[in-house]
Amino acid sequence: MNWLDRSRSIAPPGFNRWLIPPAALAVHLCIGQAYATSVYKSALIGHFGLSQTAIGIIFSIAIVMLGLSAAIMGTWVERSGPRKSMFVAASFWGAGFLVGAAGIFTSQLWLVYLGYGFIGGIGLGIGYISPVSTLMKWFPDRPGMATGMAIMGFGGGALIASPMSSALLKFFDGFDPAVDGADWIASGTSVGKLFLTLGIVYFAVMMYGVLNIRVPAPGWMPRGWDPSKAKVSAMVTTAHVSAANAIKTRSFWLVWAVLFLNVTAGIGILEQASPMIQDFFRGADGNSAVNAAVAAGFVGMLSIGNMAGRFIWSSTSDVIGRKRIYMVYLGAGALFYVVLAFFGGSSMLLFVAMAVVIISFYGGSFATAPAYLKDLFGTFQVGAIHGRLLTAWSAAGIAGPLIVNGLLDAQGKPGTMNAHNYLPVLLTMVGLLVIGFVASTLIRPVDAKYHEPEEELASARKGS
Amino acid sequence: MPARPHDAVNPAGGTDVPVNPATGRLVFGWLLVGIPLAYGVITTLSRVGQLFQ
Repeated sequence: MNWLDRSRSIAPPGFNRWLIPPAALAVHLCIGQAYATSVYKSALIGHFGLSQTAIGIIFSIAIVMLGLSAAIMGTWVERSGPRKSMFVAASFWGAGFLVGAAGIFTSQLWLVYLGYGFIGGIGLGIGYISPVSTLMKWFPDRPGMATGMAIMGFGGGALIASPMSSALLKFFDGFDPAVDGADWIASGTSVGKLFLTLGIVYFAVMMYGVLNIRVPAPGWMPRGWDPSKAKVSAMVTTAHVSAANAIKTRSFWLVWAVLFLNVTAGIGILEQASPMIQDFFRGADGNSAVNAAVAAGFVGMLSIGNMAGRFIWSSTSDVIGRKRIYMVYLGAGALFYVVLAFFGGSSMLLFVAMAVVIISFYGGSFATAPAYLKDLFGTFQVGAIHGRLLTAWSAAGIAGPLIVNGLLDAQGKPGTMNAHNYLPVLLTMVGLLVIGFVASTLIRPVDAKYHEPEEELASARKGS
Repeated sequence: MPARPHDAVNPAGGTDVPVNPATGRLVFGWLLVGIPLAYGVITTLSRVGQLFQ
């Protein structure tokens, strides 16, 4: 499999760098399916005859494996290059669906845990970080925009997978609107067929990325871009730090804390989006002005905000700087949460606008993180450092729902609450963002003692 | 084809090599990711419309 080696994927002279973003997007759009699992959750609950929690574990395993595999395999991804790591990601992600399908067809839930959760989760983690450092090397003049494009794909993947999966489930079940009605839930067999289809289609699309990804030749630079004339900032290093050293620095853990706090706060809205909008507009008679279908529209709006924020805010960070954009995410985010908490119930437009902007900051914080790491630690092992940073996502995925559900459980039962019941949750999110804002102000350039010596870098380059 | 600003050059190639635009591959690649993304956004926006009805 020599064709997968980094040395075989070096771009020839005159290679058009705009071929790289579609290759990266091909991977991220596929693995972004992980955000669209709610489409068949009820069908799996019915098929296995188990609780929401038992089925929810499938997706929890996948997200935990995403963080773990990105952290553990990050150095391997950096060493092996994007083509080999994207191929491994495509194989794991595709195989995860196929093993999951076998579990559904044979009614063996452990196989679904193993397939989609464990195997697919490894594909998620490796796929997420595979193209990121390559993109930053192709776009040294606009690293935020480059990573924003790819990581936008992870947000966009759910927008595609959700309606596509619904349509396929209806096709496999022979759905008839006159007979099946609005309460129709897909059969387990059709979910199995969906997993088979997704496994094959996603593998094929990701292989487009594998075949078309290229790394720039050593010393390559975009025409018209002179690094010596680029805007100089103390927060943008020209040195390089290894992944092993990066995690010894205070700045890494401050960025980790910032991402963890921002993501935890974003999950506060994402987790509760549908019941939250219904509760905020509940009248004195106990009935909400927002029905389930309209609430689904709100969830869709948040998905678009999440996706758009990844590209827009990350691109903006190239202009105003990484530290400033994170201060916007955290400072303005806290302010908007306050407006949402105290005035959100007064206007649907205000509620939706605040929520969408907050979620766009949530997406933006993911997409800007790799470029921030490049600024602080250089490009030497930025993919591996990014992998380690993603453990903040896994931790937030556990902490966010625990905080939100714990505080809401103390307020009452779902479907009976009002806007004021959300005050404790939303003000807690404000507190988290304020702590994150303070942490962000403390991020400083990395001490020179952590920089890699030139001879180490030269031998590493020779080796790769 | 004249070079455009921000086109890539490869100093490792020894000369200031102009970019091969690879138009066909470029269009295919962006369509491959753009069409499904547009489908997802349009489908979602049609649901969002119900919010303000």
